[in-house]
Amino acid sequence: MAETSRLRGILRLVEGPQTLGRGPKFWAGFALVLACACAYPMFADSYDVGNNVYFFNWLFMAMGLSLIWGYGGSLSFGQTAFFGIAGYCYGVLTINLGDAYGLTLLSLVMAVGFSAFFAAVLGYFLFFGRINGVFLGIVSLSVTLVLERFMAQTAGPQWAIGSARLNGFNGMGSMPSLTIPWPGGSIVLFPDLPLYYLTLALLVVVYLALRMLVNSRFGNVLVAIRENPQRAEMLGYDIRKFQLGAFVIGSSLAGLSGVLYTSWGNYITPASMGMTAAALPIVWVAVGGRGDLTTTLVGTLAVLIVFQMLTIYGSQYALIVMGVLLVVTVLVAPRGIVMGIVDASRRLFRRKEAR
Amino acid sequence: MDIFNLIFSFLYQFGDAFAFLVLSACGLAVIFGMMGVINLAHGEFIMCGAYVSTSAVHAGLPLPLAIIAGAVAAGIAGMIVELVVIRPLYQRPLDTIVATWGISMIVTQGTLIVLGPSMQGVGTPFGSFTMGGYSYSIYRVILMIAAIGTLALLWLMFTRTRFGLLSRATIQVPHVAEAMGVNTNLIYSLTFGLGAALAGLAGGLYAPTMTLVPTMGASFMVEAFVTVVVGGADIFLGTAPAAAILGIIKAALTGWQGQLAGQIGLLIAVIIVIRILPRGISGKILKERA
Repeated sequence: MAETSRLRGILRLVEGPQTLGRGPKFWAGFALVLACACAYPMFADSYDVGNNVYFFNWLFMAMGLSLIWGYGGSLSFGQTAFFGIAGYCYGVLTINLGDAYGLTLLSLVMAVGFSAFFAAVLGYFLFFGRINGVFLGIVSLSVTLVLERFMAQTAGPQWAIGSARLNGFNGMGSMPSLTIPWPGGSIVLFPDLPLYYLTLALLVVVYLALRMLVNSRFGNVLVAIRENPQRAEMLGYDIRKFQLGAFVIGSSLAGLSGVLYTSWGNYITPASMGMTAAALPIVWVAVGGRGDLTTTLVGTLAVLIVFQMLTIYGSQYALIVMGVLLVVTVLVAPRGIVMGIVDASRRLFRRKEAR
Repeated sequence: MDIFNLIFSFLYQFGDAFAFLVLSACGLAVIFGMMGVINLAHGEFIMCGAYVSTSAVHAGLPLPLAIIAGAVAAGIAGMIVELVVIRPLYQRPLDTIVATWGISMIVTQGTLIVLGPSMQGVGTPFGSFTMGGYSYSIYRVILMIAAIGTLALLWLMFTRTRFGLLSRATIQVPHVAEAMGVNTNLIYSLTFGLGAALAGLAGGLYAPTMTLVPTMGASFMVEAFVTVVVGGADIFLGTAPAAAILGIIKAALTGWQGQLAGQIGLLIAVIIVIRILPRGISGKILKERA
């Protein structure tokens, strides 16, 4: 009895002061969107379904950045570093271990774990050195750039881990996709229906879990630190531990993105950690609205779709548009475009009511 | 004789690393020290300086004048950026990083579209000299002198001129400086321009030694960041000693294992330094003095 009430208490955290959207209306909308997402493959061809999985892959990284930057207030440019580490790790592990007996799932867990470990080591030095926000950004960016350059020079047979060649600038390929062991032949998750539903399910679970996390005591302290680190410290919280915790969780989500992406395309290159790649998560999250998980999710998906359309019609201008979008968002709607629209419409409604 | 050669070779390597660190970082450090803004478009100002000075050489200008032209062009670009993007964001330093990154994306890709994937360089001038069987580039020695000269000029500028006085007042207590009649907005604008011009100078100086591609700024970024993080906010007490220490690390590791090892070494050094001296070398010195 006590346990069910505790469980209910935890589940109740899915709504709270740190997340937008509550009440039956929001959850009805959520269920509707989820139902549409579930029904989507019935109306689309398998290329579009695979493409959607590609979009979903990035959302984990974006939500992780929302946790680190939006909720925790520490700007990390290192998301793609953890993305790359986990991607390469998955590649090396699966090529060496093979894909029988669901070993790919073990590789997934180990790859994400490795990126979390790397994040913990880096985060220890950064947060326990008490460096401020600006320096955190440039150190994490330096780590990312150096990692990219390191991976780019790993061409040649001497750069191999087991039977996995790293292949330098060209990137590593031909690792097996994720598989689920199943009686009567395991299910290989090609970018098609099964992978779509798996990624979607994972997305919903991570989204709800993060909502609970940010509404829990941990999340409230994190927001308190963002608002005023000194005050949070005076109230007796060891802010370094909370920041490190958020950093590790957010970075592991980037790692999860990396594994899913590598498994999705059977391919990972150093360019996925470069300057441009590192800028993109910042664009998604800043434009969408970093301060809230839902706006991050919606905004990231929107920006990703727009970006892909742009790359199809005028590939060279896509990055310029992204840059302009970023600058304009920061100047005009610092809380993100989704929040900007919500605020503006709310103001409009108020005015109407007042009349 | 062999030992002498070895020492000379190391000194040359060290000087080269020192010059690179000082020149690539001082623009970033001036802006950061003054305004607490990290300019992620720093690499693009370097690229701007390199492109302008190279075009000027192609147009027939002698190299020193061309380099100055590059610095001036970058400086003007910097003041425009300050006016349009940085000024509204002074109260939000984290957002300035993001905004300047947006600018960096726009400029890199814009250059790629307008000027193509690369630009013809000018070749390293002055040839080389030989000592003990090894040949050394004379231009690299000039770069070392230029780095020290830049530091000296900056020192004179900040300690001997009216701009220096006003800008130091603005760093210390902006509101009081404003109350005393200093036009702090103008000072910020000039400082940002100065930082961008220094970046342009670095670009102009290194243009003859590098391939000119739109993304060339990124190859300066790690070194510049690392030097500023280790140095802290003060350019003379911070950037210069940081560049000296990091120069030794970089020269030793580069000589031993190659360019990339040098960079990785720098990065590890920085991460450790952050843990020990969170506010950099200058923060430590200034704290002890206070």
